[in-house]
Amino acid sequence: MVEFEIDGQKVQAQEGWTVLETARKYGIHIPTLCYHEAVKPSGACRLCVVELREGDWSKVVISCMYPVAEGLKVFTDSERVKNVRRWILEMLLAECPASEEIRQLAAQYGVTSTRFAIHDPDQDCILCGLCVRVCAEVVGANAISTVGRGVHKQIGAPYLEPGSDCVACGSCVTVCPTGAMRRRLDAVRGKPKVELAR
Amino acid sequence: MAKASNAARPEPQRLNSVEELATLRQELLDSKDPNQAEIVVCYGTGCLASGARQVEAALKKALKAADMDVKVRPLIKTTGCRGFCSQGPLVVIQPEGIFYQKVSPQDAEDIVQALAQDAGPVQRLLYRDPKTGETIPHEKDIPFYKLQERLVLRRIGSIDPTDIYDTIAAGGYQALAKALTSMEPEQVVAEVEKSGLRGRGGAGFPTGRKWRGALKAIEKKGRPVYVVCNGDEGDPGAFMDCMVMEGDPHAVLEGMILGAYALGAEQGYLYVRAEYPVAIEHLSIAIEQARSLGLLGENILGSGFSFDVRINRGAGAFVCGESTALFTSIEGKAGEPRPKYVRSVEEGLWGRPTVLNNVETWANVPLIIENGGDWYAGIGVPHSTGTKVFSLVGKVNNVGLVEVPMGVPLGHIVEEIGGGVPGGKPFKAVQTGGPSGGCIPYELKDTPVDFDSLKAAGSMMGSGGMIVMDERDCVVDVARYFLRFLEEESCGKCIPCRLGLTRMREILDDFSRGKGSQKDLEDLESLAQAIKDGALCALGGSAPNPLLATLRYFRDEYLAHIEGHKCPAGVCKDLITYRIDPDKCTGCTSCARMCPQGAISGEKKKPHAIDESACIRCGICLETCEFGAVEVF
Repeated sequence: MVEFEIDGQKVQAQEGWTVLETARKYGIHIPTLCYHEAVKPSGACRLCVVELREGDWSKVVISCMYPVAEGLKVFTDSERVKNVRRWILEMLLAECPASEEIRQLAAQYGVTSTRFAIHDPDQDCILCGLCVRVCAEVVGANAISTVGRGVHKQIGAPYLEPGSDCVACGSCVTVCPTGAMRRRLDAVRGKPKVELAR
Repeated sequence: MAKASNAARPEPQRLNSVEELATLRQELLDSKDPNQAEIVVCYGTGCLASGARQVEAALKKALKAADMDVKVRPLIKTTGCRGFCSQGPLVVIQPEGIFYQKVSPQDAEDIVQALAQDAGPVQRLLYRDPKTGETIPHEKDIPFYKLQERLVLRRIGSIDPTDIYDTIAAGGYQALAKALTSMEPEQVVAEVEKSGLRGRGGAGFPTGRKWRGALKAIEKKGRPVYVVCNGDEGDPGAFMDCMVMEGDPHAVLEGMILGAYALGAEQGYLYVRAEYPVAIEHLSIAIEQARSLGLLGENILGSGFSFDVRINRGAGAFVCGESTALFTSIEGKAGEPRPKYVRSVEEGLWGRPTVLNNVETWANVPLIIENGGDWYAGIGVPHSTGTKVFSLVGKVNNVGLVEVPMGVPLGHIVEEIGGGVPGGKPFKAVQTGGPSGGCIPYELKDTPVDFDSLKAAGSMMGSGGMIVMDERDCVVDVARYFLRFLEEESCGKCIPCRLGLTRMREILDDFSRGKGSQKDLEDLESLAQAIKDGALCALGGSAPNPLLATLRYFRDEYLAHIEGHKCPAGVCKDLITYRIDPDKCTGCTSCARMCPQGAISGEKKKPHAIDESACIRCGICLETCEFGAVEVF
């Protein structure tokens, strides 16, 4: 058993747990977008940041991957943490204006407008990569990946063409935190010849 | 051997003991005629670009044609970068050390004749001290070299990097011989700890502590352990590691072999960016030659210790210089970093204990083992020991590669070794640490160049790029430049970096057009903090540094843009106007002829004028005018 503190509350965790797992067990809320129990964490969305403090020393880490350790002092809602979350959400508002989920999440943290210009009003994908990880780790199909680098990055099948690797299981649609995969599934599996959902 | 070397060499024969290495070295030294002259042509990137290949060809031709009455015909030799890049192509006559600069193929005849007739140096090719106006014939007396302390670069410029025998004659692999015969692996680690060597890749983590950490991880997890060399140098304006790999590849190899011996590693990786083809070629040749002599591979020098390395080429992603992204790249995955809450020494390449050091760090290791940790710790300053190689570029007279002891004042490097800013004005600031670093303004020119002092001044050592800026460099433009660079190089995995860098750059774009407010400045600083705290890896986490450092020292210049709608340096095109001073204009018409827009008009020998509506503010007229008549404001 590892003992430490989250927001002043004493908590206990199993060796090998992360801070986020412990917080969830105690019902302490930490927001996440790219985290899902079904797959390994990747640390992409950075929304689950928490601050560690020890005397004058302080550091911001992501709770979904930070391993628990004896005597940690974790703060889930400090000014530094709020500043990171606020800016991520404000940037996501401009980046994914078509996502209702992002709008609601941002509003929960007091972000209702964005100072940034909107480049694509139809965008709803935050490129968290959950779809890619579930396809690889759970389904084992490896039908999709992130394509390109940095600002040019997108989610797609090889060569951005529908491929036969997709088994149309819909796992990617299920785990997608913004519903963006719904629109993209046909681009991965190809358009069904017969309309099934009737 | 992959390349025909300069001199007749013995067939490579595997060395089965340290004694055989010593015998070979003695034979090599004995076979050298002390009277034989060497014409050394610098084959560094700068000299090659300015025509060193043609110079070498012309020298060979002239030598062949010359009627030589000297006892021993001179050798022509090509070496790695001599460092004084702005004066290239460079040719040095050894053993006297006569230094010729800006040599052209037409000079070859005179150089050879001067040697043949023993007529003294060719005067017109000698370096002239800009302060005294006097020629300085010997390389060692030129201020650029005299004020340096070349340890890592000690062999570069004297050895042929494609010839292992040249390296061995110059003392290569002596440290390995010493370690194998008289040191336990543990003692090698202890010696590196004692030296105080800190990582030359940028962050300055103590190398000995890293190795010790790996030993502890091995106790827990067992072997294999890997040693890796980070040769993915990519900071704009930095070329130190490239020149070390090109000019003395065996120094890097020997360092890695020593590290492998200390840690018990059997496999090493050299991660070199593909844009460094010469470095890759020279390292490949070095590896092949070291293997054929039994200095690398199975049973090194008959000691029972085996270690081999392979080269992995980076495919052009700056982020792969970040440790975890470098590992994922070697593992064959897309080069994206992973959080490192567990350190690389415990869980690095393939999830195994791994020691990753930068090129220059590895190249320092043989020096430490050969001369001792105490000797090394005596160089530099207490918490930053040894020397550091810098690539000195930008608005400075002596552009090139310099090596100085840690702790030397910044101003000394720029003004004494670098010869100051062209035109003699003081520099405005020096950018250090590349896109992760910051800048040091002229007022702080006495700042000692060591890890801790640079950090305290809001910049960082980085890997050694040093870009000198003068009054014609705009800090808003510089900050924008680095952000744009990183925006292109961000892997895009985490949101703060992928979106944040673009958004910061957009705010700066507005500043450069004179648009912005105090609120924007505050937002920028707050967003910068969010990115520093929130980004996954050091690329994103340090990306706001150039912006924050320039804001710290040049806030007024930012305010001049957004409040005064002026760019004091005359760079931001939307905020400047070009005008011709009619009192100074002689009507020579050169600006009008050079203007790509045809925006300048006027009669011959009468003052000209610029049509502001047609002017694209490219600055060609300013550079063209010999009378200082073009003004920017």
